[in-house]
Amino acid sequence: MIRAEVIVTLKDGILDPEGKTITGALGGVGIEGIKEIGTGKYFHIQLSTNNLEKARSSTEAVCEKLLSNPVIEKYTYKIIEE
Amino acid sequence: MKEQKVTLELAVEHGLTEAEFEEIKSILGRVPNYTELGIFSVMWSEHCSYKSSIAELKKLPKEGKRILSGAGEENAGLVDIGDGIAVAFKIESHNHPSAIEPYQGAATGVGGIMRDIFTMGARPIASLNSLRFGPLDSAKNRYLLDGVVRGIGDYGNCMGVPTVAGEIYFDPHYEGNPLINAMTVGIVKHNNTASAIAKGEGNSVMLLGSSTGRDGIHGATFASVELSEESEEKRPAVQVGDPFTEKLLLEAVLELTKQNLLIGMQDMGAAGIICSSAEMAEKGGVGMEIDLSKVPLREEGMIPYEILLSESQERMLLVVRKGKDREVLNIAEKWELNCVKIGKVIIGTELKFKMDGNESATVPAESLVLGGGAPVYHRESRQPEYLEKLREFDVRDIEVPSDIEATFLRLLTSTNIASKRWVYRQYDSTVQSNTVLGPGKADAAVIRIKEAPNKAIAIKTDGNGRYTYINPRKGGMIAVAESARNVVCTGARPIAITNCLNFGNPEDPEVFWTFKEAVAGIGEACLVFDTPVTGGNVSFYNENPEGAIFPTPVIGMLGLIEDLAHIRQSGFVDEGDFIILLGSLGGCIGGSEYLNLIHGRVEGDIPNIDLDYEKLVQETVLEGIRSGIIKSAHDISDGGIAIALAECCIAGRNNLGANIVINRKIRDDELLFGETQSAIIVTVAESDLIRIEEVSGKFEIPCETIGKVSGDSLSINSYFDIPVSELRTKYESALPELLERRLR
Repeated sequence: MIRAEVIVTLKDGILDPEGKTITGALGGVGIEGIKEIGTGKYFHIQLSTNNLEKARSSTEAVCEKLLSNPVIEKYTYKIIEE
Repeated sequence: MKEQKVTLELAVEHGLTEAEFEEIKSILGRVPNYTELGIFSVMWSEHCSYKSSIAELKKLPKEGKRILSGAGEENAGLVDIGDGIAVAFKIESHNHPSAIEPYQGAATGVGGIMRDIFTMGARPIASLNSLRFGPLDSAKNRYLLDGVVRGIGDYGNCMGVPTVAGEIYFDPHYEGNPLINAMTVGIVKHNNTASAIAKGEGNSVMLLGSSTGRDGIHGATFASVELSEESEEKRPAVQVGDPFTEKLLLEAVLELTKQNLLIGMQDMGAAGIICSSAEMAEKGGVGMEIDLSKVPLREEGMIPYEILLSESQERMLLVVRKGKDREVLNIAEKWELNCVKIGKVIIGTELKFKMDGNESATVPAESLVLGGGAPVYHRESRQPEYLEKLREFDVRDIEVPSDIEATFLRLLTSTNIASKRWVYRQYDSTVQSNTVLGPGKADAAVIRIKEAPNKAIAIKTDGNGRYTYINPRKGGMIAVAESARNVVCTGARPIAITNCLNFGNPEDPEVFWTFKEAVAGIGEACLVFDTPVTGGNVSFYNENPEGAIFPTPVIGMLGLIEDLAHIRQSGFVDEGDFIILLGSLGGCIGGSEYLNLIHGRVEGDIPNIDLDYEKLVQETVLEGIRSGIIKSAHDISDGGIAIALAECCIAGRNNLGANIVINRKIRDDELLFGETQSAIIVTVAESDLIRIEEVSGKFEIPCETIGKVSGDSLSINSYFDIPVSELRTKYESALPELLERRLR
């Protein structure tokens, strides 16, 4: 069984209005010690192959074509064998 | 990003020519440093300097008794509508960013034009947009349309500004380079307007709004080159919009203006801090000293070059009245916005930027701006070769379709004619509760003005790229004439325009010829309709690997309705009304949607337009509406009289149909689908027939009864008889079927 975990975040320097809003709300709930919060998306993928190479290339393909907008977002992924 | 040694090679990489680089050296009396090179390259880019277009734009008529602020004076045109109220309005392009990232590109385009309006102290009351895409059978174009429409809708909806009108065309010439032109209209009391000027030694210069990041650096330079495969890699030039911050900025700015705390302000669009500071200082004949280390940054390690050129959205530069700093900061705090004093106004004409105690750049403000030291080019122009070939078209070479009904339905359901409800249903068109006529109801949108009781404005965008391609001068005239006719059909008198001129590479003499001709045509028409040009935007370098886009001048027309009782829709109103054609039927196949869609040809010459005659047709309709005779009005446009009549039925009440008999000694396709200028379909009650003839007789305009509103189907001669419910279903479902089948 192979699965993958993908995290998509905005590229460096791209404005993150949602993260900015959350950061702005910290004072309201009285939490200290946090400088900044950024947002992103998490995906978990169940692969139908047992081949590690194939799993890697399928995961990259779906990240490029469906899960991220390569114009403003970047992604990282982890392949997990169970 | 690292500072680099400035050489000619680096200047050329920045888009400057060798001559321009020499000019910069002679202005400064030295070689510019890296930051200064960045400053000049962006300020002298086509987008900021209008260096290729300004010589032509100066020929446009700008004067008028209603004009409070004309083209080039402020961020937007300002037009008096009486009762102490002025309308600020402007149209602007965001073509290149939207081609790369449609959602954010379109959203920030809307945000940018809204800032231009509220920078004047005006509250935005309506938005419009004019869009062009490649054909929808390509997945890429459907993706672009989907992203652009969502971007416009989301930004406008978050801002609480209704999106009320617009137009969309699809053509292969816009493949890879869509056009996204956004227009916003605002209102302001005469004594509450703000100016983009800096004055008064020692006055504080403040930065209000979002923090500054690396987004959009060289966006303006980027807008000034052709799109290519590599453009996909130029991604940092795309900005992400934050409409909630913009909403706060809007409210804060209007409050600052109302309390009279500012000398002036300028929004930050293209070329960010450098452009706003240069323009404000130049206008006031002063200098500024700015400490870039005071600018709130979103990222670490930004250098002066990046801070000055960043196009981070939702920011304003303020010059504060002496002693009012505290009050300004309080208002900013109330709206939860950053507001920082970053410098002050100084005597002289220089902009001095420093960071962490070091001098970063020193440049004369005047040397950077349009009308000052920025270059002005008189580009070479040459009549394009394709034009003569197009004129060889002979209508006898095409066959009259054997099945007229099927041809009619194909036109009605084509992407350029069918209902755009799929698009405008994604927009909030009624927020602020002033929308009298929104999308799909009339030839233009009508917005009432609460502050001026019983008045309303009619607004519309218009521009036929195919027409302008075939005959640039006439195309320019027709864009103005048609948008004027559109607002007239709602009962408004046209009073002023803004324009967005979308063309290819101006360094190509053939492209530049079409630009000159189209601008000349716009100018001629504006004189006749007494609609001065209040400003707008030029977008060059709209090209794809196949060549330039159709030359596409888009006109944003403002009309004034002085009595709410004069508002008219396009649809039929009552059974038994007489349907009247005012003006004459041209039956022109050349350049028509029919020739394009059914025969796959873009050829011939476009319909003739006699501007004086057009003006009289419009006067006839206005008088007919104001004297209460005309009950509905709709102009004949794409698809000819058959499509116009179908639209009157579809937009009308209770599936009202029409019985039409119209005879001309011309071909069937010329009669039904031929296009024409200066022709308007109106309805009147039977008892008013003599009165409408009197009005049209006064202006010597033909007035022909062509049928009656009756039954629940549309019949034209013996060509066809189709139930209105069926017409509506086909007209409404064409675009959703095409898009939703494929998007899912």
